[in-house]
Amino acid sequence: MNGDGFAVRAEGLRKRYGDKDALDGFDLRVEQGTVHGLLGPNGAGKTTAVRILSTLVRLDSGHAEVAGADVVREPALVRARIGLTGQYAAVDEILTGRQNLEMFGRLFHLGARRAALRARELLEQFHLEDAAEKGAGQYSGGMRRRLDLAASMILAPGVLFLDEPTTGLDPRSRLEVWDTVRDLVARGTTVLLTTQYLEEADRLASRVTVIDRGRAIADDTPDGLKNTVGGSHLDVVVRETADLPAAVRAVRRVCAGEPLVVDVERRVQAAVTDRVRALTDMARTLQDEGVAVEDIGLRRPSLDDVFLRLTGQTSGTAAAPGTTAVPDEKEVAA
Amino acid sequence: MSVALTVDPSRERPHGRLFWALADSGNVTRRYLTHFLRQPVTIAWQLGFPIISVLLYGFVFGEAMKVPGGGDDGDYKQFLMPGMFVMTMAFGFMNTAMAVVTDASKGVIDRFRSMPMAPSAVASGRGVADLVVACAELTILAATALAIGWRSSGGLLDTALAFALLLLLRFSLIWVGVYLGLVVPTPEAAGGLYAVAFPLTMISSVFVAPSLMPDWLAPVAAWNPVSSTGTAARELFGNPGAGGGTWVEQHAVLMAVVWPLAISLVFLPLAVRRFKALSR
Repeated sequence: MNGDGFAVRAEGLRKRYGDKDALDGFDLRVEQGTVHGLLGPNGAGKTTAVRILSTLVRLDSGHAEVAGADVVREPALVRARIGLTGQYAAVDEILTGRQNLEMFGRLFHLGARRAALRARELLEQFHLEDAAEKGAGQYSGGMRRRLDLAASMILAPGVLFLDEPTTGLDPRSRLEVWDTVRDLVARGTTVLLTTQYLEEADRLASRVTVIDRGRAIADDTPDGLKNTVGGSHLDVVVRETADLPAAVRAVRRVCAGEPLVVDVERRVQAAVTDRVRALTDMARTLQDEGVAVEDIGLRRPSLDDVFLRLTGQTSGTAAAPGTTAVPDEKEVAA
Repeated sequence: MSVALTVDPSRERPHGRLFWALADSGNVTRRYLTHFLRQPVTIAWQLGFPIISVLLYGFVFGEAMKVPGGGDDGDYKQFLMPGMFVMTMAFGFMNTAMAVVTDASKGVIDRFRSMPMAPSAVASGRGVADLVVACAELTILAATALAIGWRSSGGLLDTALAFALLLLLRFSLIWVGVYLGLVVPTPEAAGGLYAVAFPLTMISSVFVAPSLMPDWLAPVAAWNPVSSTGTAARELFGNPGAGGGTWVEQHAVLMAVVWPLAISLVFLPLAVRRFKALSR
C-alpha cells in the first residue's frame, strides 16, 4: 500500500458509453479504514465508478489505484485485495449458505480445508449458522445480503465496494446490514458505499462524495456538507399555490440563504442564521402579506437538502420532480 | 477468532496459471454438479424428458412412420433412437445458455470476474458439467431404448464411436450456449430460444429421412449438423435409414466431426469476445 493513507485514489476517470459520458473527469479519494459514501441520482455514474474501481470495466482515461494497486496495470492484484457486493445479491441460490462460501473460498484459492474453515467463521460472524444448510434461495432479503457480504469478505479485503447494499431491503434488514458494515470497518476494512439513501450515508459514512453527471461536485463530511447549506432551515408551506411568490418574497426579506421552492409541496425553504428571530420575523411578515400558512418551522438540514441543493444548482435538471432552485442575487457559496 | 487472511500472490506462483485455471474450472464444475444433488427434481426432469420422448415418439409415431429401405414393423423404432440421442444433445445448448444468463443477470458472473480466479473457468467449468450431464443422459436414453427393443448391430468400437460423436456435437454446442447466454438479456428471454432449438432439430433427419421431405426442404435437412451426427450414429449403430443419395449423407461420419469443429471454431471465439466485452 502507498503510505499516504488513501485506500482508493482516482483521478480524472473518464468512461463513455455511446454519446453519453458516464464518467467525465471523476476524482475520488477514500481514506483508509473509513466508510466513504458515494451519493448521486440514478445515472450519475456511481455504479460505473464502482465497476471501474473493482476492475469489472475498463476506463477510457484517467488513473485509479485501489488498495495500492493500479486497476489497469495490476487488475489481478486489485482483485486479490477487494471485495465487491453489487446491486444484486450475487450468490448461488441453489447451493446452501455454507456451500456458497466454500465454493467462493476455493475459487479464492484457499484450498478445500481453509475454505471450509473460513466458511464456518463467516457463517458465525454474519449470524447465518442456523441457516447454513439451507438453500440461499430460501433466505430472506437481509440474510441473502449478509451471505453476499460474507462472500465478499472471504479474503478479509482491504477495500470493500458496496453498491447500493440495502436497495430493496425492508427496514429491519437494512439495520442488520448497517450493523454488519460498521462491524467490518471496526475490523479495519475500508468501505466505498454507493447509495441513493441519504440517511444511509449519514449514518455510516465519515465522508461523502456527491456525484452528478459523472463528476464529483462535492466532497466533505456529512456535517460539512450540511453546513454548506446553512446551519438551519426555515421551512414554510403555504395553503394555496398562488401564494408561493409572496412567500418567496417574504423569505427573501427575512432569510440570508437562497430560497428553494418545491412547487408540488407548496414549500419554500431557506437557510437562516439567527433561528428564533427568523422564525418570528417570518411569521409576522407572512401575516402582514396575508399569506395563508399551512405549516412553518425550523429544520436542521438533512443530507437530502444538501443533495437537492447541489444537484439542483449544477445540473439544472432537478434531482427531484417539482424542485426549482430560485436564482438570487445573493449566491450561496457552495 | 478470525484467521488473518491476506493474499500473498507469491503463494500462487509454485503452481502457475494452468494449474489454477484447471482447479478453478473443477470448482465451477463441482458447483453445477452440486446443483443436481441439491435439486434431484431438476435432473429428474432433465433426464425424464428424453425418456418420455423416446416412449412417446416410439409408440405414437412408431407404426405410422416409414423408413427408406425399411420394411419391418420395428424399423422406425430402430431409426428413431439415434435421432432421439442426437436431439437430446442438440437441445443441451439451451441448458448451457440458461445457466449462463441466470448467472449474468444475478451478478454471479460479475462476482467471479471481480475475484482472482481464472476467467476461462466460468465457461470451461460449466462445459465440463454439461458433458458429465450429457453422459448421464445418453446412458439413460440408451437403457430406455434397449428396453423397448432398440439394438446396435455395430461392433463395440463403432458403438463407442457413435456415442463419442454425439458428445462431440454436445461439446461444440457448449460454446453456442455460452455465447447465447451472454447475448440474451434475461432468463425469460432465453426461454424464447426454444423457437430456434425446435426447428433446428425438426428440420433434420431426427424424425424423418430427408429423402422423404419436399425437394426444397430436403437439402436443408440433409446439411443440418444435427442430421450429420444422427446419420453417422445410425451408420455406426447399424440402424436402418442411415443412407441417402447426397454427398453430405454419404459422408456422415466425416461431417459429424467437421460440423462440431466448425461450430466450435465460430462460437468459441464469439463467446470469448462476448465475455471480454463485459468489461467495455
